[in-house]
Amino acid sequence: MDKVLLLGNEAVARGLYEAGATVVSSYPGTPSTEITEAVSQYDEIYSEWAPNEKVAFEVAFGAATAGVRAFTAMKHVGLNVAADPLYTASYIGVNGGMVCAVADDPGMHSSQNEQDSRHHAIASKVPMLEPSDSAECLYFTKKAFELSEDFDTPVLLRLSTRISHSRSAVTLSDRVAFEPRSYTKNAAKNVMMPAMARAAHIRVEERTKKLTEWADTTAFEAGINRLFMFDRKIGVIAAGTSYVFAREALGEKVSYLKLGIVNPLPVKAIIDFAKQVETLYVIEELDDIIETHCIKLGVKVIGKELFSLLGEYSQNIIEKSILGREKESISLDIPMPPRPPVLCAGCPHRGLYYALKKYKLYISGDIGCYTLGAQAPLAMMDSCVCMGASVSGLHGYNVALGKDKAKKSIAVLGDSTFIHSGITGLIDIAYNKGISTVIVLDNSTTGMTGHQHNPANGLTIKGDPTVAVNLEALAHAVGINRVRVVDPLDIEQVRAVVSEELAAEEPSLVIARRPCALLKTVKHNPPMYIDNDACTGCKACLQVGCPSIMQVPSENGKTRAYINQNSCLGCEVCAAACRFGAIKKGGN
Amino acid sequence: MNDTKNILIVGVGGQGTLLASKLLGKCFLEKGYDVKVSEVHGMSQRGGSVVTYVRYGTEVFSPVIDKGEADMIIAFEQLEAARWLPYLKKDGVLVVNSQKINPMPVITGAATYPDDVLEKLEATGAKIFTVDALELAQKCGNVKATNVVLLGLAARELGFGTDVWLDIIGSTVPQKTIKLNQDAFLSGYNN
Repeated sequence: MDKVLLLGNEAVARGLYEAGATVVSSYPGTPSTEITEAVSQYDEIYSEWAPNEKVAFEVAFGAATAGVRAFTAMKHVGLNVAADPLYTASYIGVNGGMVCAVADDPGMHSSQNEQDSRHHAIASKVPMLEPSDSAECLYFTKKAFELSEDFDTPVLLRLSTRISHSRSAVTLSDRVAFEPRSYTKNAAKNVMMPAMARAAHIRVEERTKKLTEWADTTAFEAGINRLFMFDRKIGVIAAGTSYVFAREALGEKVSYLKLGIVNPLPVKAIIDFAKQVETLYVIEELDDIIETHCIKLGVKVIGKELFSLLGEYSQNIIEKSILGREKESISLDIPMPPRPPVLCAGCPHRGLYYALKKYKLYISGDIGCYTLGAQAPLAMMDSCVCMGASVSGLHGYNVALGKDKAKKSIAVLGDSTFIHSGITGLIDIAYNKGISTVIVLDNSTTGMTGHQHNPANGLTIKGDPTVAVNLEALAHAVGINRVRVVDPLDIEQVRAVVSEELAAEEPSLVIARRPCALLKTVKHNPPMYIDNDACTGCKACLQVGCPSIMQVPSENGKTRAYINQNSCLGCEVCAAACRFGAIKKGGN
Repeated sequence: MNDTKNILIVGVGGQGTLLASKLLGKCFLEKGYDVKVSEVHGMSQRGGSVVTYVRYGTEVFSPVIDKGEADMIIAFEQLEAARWLPYLKKDGVLVVNSQKINPMPVITGAATYPDDVLEKLEATGAKIFTVDALELAQKCGNVKATNVVLLGLAARELGFGTDVWLDIIGSTVPQKTIKLNQDAFLSGYNN
């Protein structure tokens, strides 16, 4: 059939389509998001965005228990949220197959930490496959379902930014329908109470032994693990991205044991490979998991003494470390200003941040586009930990420091993040008589991951209308009496309302509501412009941190403000920053 | 023998580097090569420095291009051309859009935009083609086609002719923007 270029993520989606999967539930998270977006294009598969990764995992697991093939995808930190069901799902096993894709982010292109999700596979005693290009993404996904059913276990599929977001050639096959298995009530298998769980744990340990045998035998026959014997002076054990970087750098000068199953790791195959080569390297991004396994087997390898625990690898890093060669390159010897990502022109978050900047608040932050407000010139964030931590973290801060500090502190988080795990923190505040002020930046979408719908915006993954969580009613229901709605671009309104809520002796939820400026349904004003006679060149407007405003040389030899007429969306936040009235609304 | 060719596309989030890399990838696949295209999604798209790696050859392993490896860099912005110059091979080709976009540290005054970037790039002796792609795109009817103008100029140096590209543009972009994009491609190609 056709050969097409697919993102690794699209290839995973294709793999579960071809495998006959019928239920997919996920929460967006870079770099995993496009898997579920691609799945939503297949009418044969039920797909949904769940409120968070724990719910998504449980939905998929419930579907697998019912007897169909089910799937969930998340980023590495998402698996922390879903770790609770994962560890016990491992004990229970499956009926229809269940696969959970987890996308790591070495180099932290878009993440708050660089954790290695292989630890979760080891700790939950669940098998983990790791593809190294799009063709393997498709093939391994299909194999993962078979493995899941054959060994009665959920299977983790480990991806990474470079695998998920690289396009490579894939050959498509037809979908093969999966005949749903019948469900039979079986408390000994499916109800995890201590007596049943003790028996289940025995099964899990036996399963791991069998899976290790599989990794040593069938995995090679099935092309999951592969042996490439070239020159035998040097041998390399690697998986995923590390394998393709090594293969690029070292070509056919060395021999490779390429691992497609990274938990449990093979034993005999590694010992045999070690015997066939003179010097053995383990090349693995992030932690020293394969290396530790080799040491445990008494196999001498060179690993982290040469290769970093930090960041992404590349062919040059490997070539330099093993062959001692470096490529020539030229560079300009000039200072190079960095170009960090910024809040977009017209972003509603900018209005809220600019309005509150002068109050010098403690700002408990969260994960989303609005995290970009942490950077200069807005610098409106004191902390950012994980999804939902802004709300509970603020409560802790305020409990520790008392009412006076509570009146100078807020939490900020997005609508999707609030639903994900902010609401539980808000319940904690209400229940425990806190007085914190929480601001939900409700932009009607899950912005940073590329505009996915969520339970608060009234649309399903397919764009069909559905019920929307009523944030005001939800806050009232959990015991928050003071609920206010503001327009984040109305600077004066934001200041008036937030001042009142900070002063109040009870908790408040402020909903700063305006849709993301990038949404196609949003109408924009004509671009703002500078009245050159009125502009004094004071640069106060630069403090809003908008990419559409800059300083240009003026006639008097100084500088004045200039607004890019191609990118300005007329949000008027900069006008609020100008004391001289020099920033004007554009005409139609 | 590793015959893989490397094209690095660099620019500022929002400039449309992803469409350019998608069109390149499709062309090379059509020409019978193995292809890998590695993209940046998420955080870096919000006006940050972005890079896309396009690699083609008999068998491509790594999805990324490293320092000193690029046969061609297509830079959508001057400063980004300078930033990624170390990735160019000694005899590589640099296609540069003369457009300047101030990064936030320059906007706020924390840093200055370097002077005479194009002249300094020329002085390195690298093979450079500079074009005002924004202006050419504007002449074709929409500044959003800047990316395809640059692709056109790059395509001229890649040597596959114009037909394959015009066909791929026709089958990739939305129906109503086909003419605009084909015009933009040709204005870059014939520049």
